[in-house]
Amino acid sequence: MWPYLVRRLIAAIFVLIGVSLVVFLVLHLTPGDPAQVLLGPRATPDDLARLRQELGLDRPVLVQFVRWASHVLRGDFGRSIMLHRAVLPELARRFSATLILTAGGVLLAFPVGTLVGIVAAARRGTLIDRLTTTAAMLGVSMPAFWVGLLLIITFSVHLGWLPGTGMYSATGNGGITDLVVHLVLPAATLALLPLSIIARLTRASMLDVIGEDYIRTARAKGLSDRTVIGKHAFRNILVAMATVFGLQAGFLLAGAVYVETVFSWPGIGFMMVNAILTRDFPLVQGGVLLVAATYVLINLGTDLLYAYVDPRIRYG
Amino acid sequence: MVSSGGQAVAQVIGEARPPRETGTRPPTSWQRFLANRWAIAGAVVVLVVVVAAVLAPFLPLRDPNGTQPARRLSPLFAPGYVLGADHLGRDLLSRAIWGARVSLLVGVLSTALAVSVGTTVGLAAGYYGGRADLVIMRAIDILMAFPYILLAIALVAALGPGLVNAMIAVAVVNISFYARGVRSAVLLLREQEFIVGARAAGATEGRILRRHVLPNILAPILVFVAMNIGWMITETAGLSFIGLGAQPPSADWGTMLADGRQFITVASHVAAIPGLALFILVLGLNLAGDGLRDAFDPRLR
Repeated sequence: MWPYLVRRLIAAIFVLIGVSLVVFLVLHLTPGDPAQVLLGPRATPDDLARLRQELGLDRPVLVQFVRWASHVLRGDFGRSIMLHRAVLPELARRFSATLILTAGGVLLAFPVGTLVGIVAAARRGTLIDRLTTTAAMLGVSMPAFWVGLLLIITFSVHLGWLPGTGMYSATGNGGITDLVVHLVLPAATLALLPLSIIARLTRASMLDVIGEDYIRTARAKGLSDRTVIGKHAFRNILVAMATVFGLQAGFLLAGAVYVETVFSWPGIGFMMVNAILTRDFPLVQGGVLLVAATYVLINLGTDLLYAYVDPRIRYG
Repeated sequence: MVSSGGQAVAQVIGEARPPRETGTRPPTSWQRFLANRWAIAGAVVVLVVVVAAVLAPFLPLRDPNGTQPARRLSPLFAPGYVLGADHLGRDLLSRAIWGARVSLLVGVLSTALAVSVGTTVGLAAGYYGGRADLVIMRAIDILMAFPYILLAIALVAALGPGLVNAMIAVAVVNISFYARGVRSAVLLLREQEFIVGARAAGATEGRILRRHVLPNILAPILVFVAMNIGWMITETAGLSFIGLGAQPPSADWGTMLADGRQFITVASHVAAIPGLALFILVLGLNLAGDGLRDAFDPRLR
């Protein structure tokens, strides 16, 4: 177990270096740099050259990369060029907003999706099954950015029940109630796609398992439906569920970019789009590193989860 | 007697051969597809959208970019404007139909790009193995360590915003999925007897790849394409929605949604309609794709 973990973590470090280097090269080897964005189209070549020198953009790309990486190792992510602020606190603020949003989405998507899938499988062919299967099909086909707008139109504009933008009210005290009220619509939007996928997948794996001999045996010895489905069958779909969990991480982040744009949620996805468009190199680099690290850790966590839910899986 | 080639197909696409009964013939994949009502409904929806998109220039529609300030933000069912008009007085019905052209073109082109590159890479990695495989798979690991949305955004930032570049970005993101899938299918095939037999008979490597390997992985690839194309269309529209794809004033569903978003308090239909169009097309594609998968590749269900 431990040697496996160490090997995976070392591999993760190389992946992160690779990801950072690729982003660095993509940013630096394509036309347009922060100096141009800052000074605008009327800048003189002299001004541009001076600013580039000030920002260290005139040195060879690899030198810049090594300099950036060595600073990062010492915990210094540099300063955002556009925001005139240190990158690290900005990342922390934005990342925590995205974490709150995704946590809301996950808490909604996983329990509800799993439950819907199990019920649909256990009541296969009934009206409940048909309704939930149809709803899940609609759910996977709806673009998140459209669903978000529809929710805002319905619940904010017409009914006026819930706020449609931001994380806190301007006049509120920034309390937890205020946050939760603002979280409902974005989290529901973010949850829709994973919820539908999970429901479909749970139903499919449940149907596979229900056909197995040991389920028939369990039924034959007189166990209740609840025990057979809830205990015997459920444990055996957990490996499939763990796989979805890992896969959904990428979808959740992509969804977060759209949801944050639609709801003006001050998260990291929204920030990254703007940072990339304004070529704010330090902010982009820091954000990519943070997001990729999260992603790699989630994938590693998924693999460890396999071994936990299925004792037959062992890592040496 | 089934040939070994047929057996390999059955293995790769996981087609469980039903037990032979005398007198009845098991339904073919196409028969199974045609018996699936939902799949047919999806295929019909897609067909209608395709026909409307192709015929758009010949339909009695207003110029999708023609502005009519007097008609700005016309509501649904306004005289002459069935679906109303946007903030510049452009006919939403006309724009929705012209937008289908963009989305369908995007779906077809980006899928074609992802499939051709991904298949080639996967074939090379899986069939030749060794160092080529190692290098390719590590590169794909790095590609997959990026959350795909960041990769797409970074690519668009590098290439510059625009519909073609957004399409390329979405395609590149998908290359890794195709490459992985094809590679693992080829790894299974490589050791099959009919491949070994072909080699023993003196077939060149190129011929083996073209005549024996490729045809055997075509079915799973096509099934994956059918299930993937709706996603590609949604993602490209999403990039347009956040301002990285198609640029105004083009009649593209993602751009239309972004435009309409500013007016949701006064005219919510302007944002709702392009999204509805996107939803209908993607739903049709997904229904048909699910049907194809169930008919041709029961193992993936």
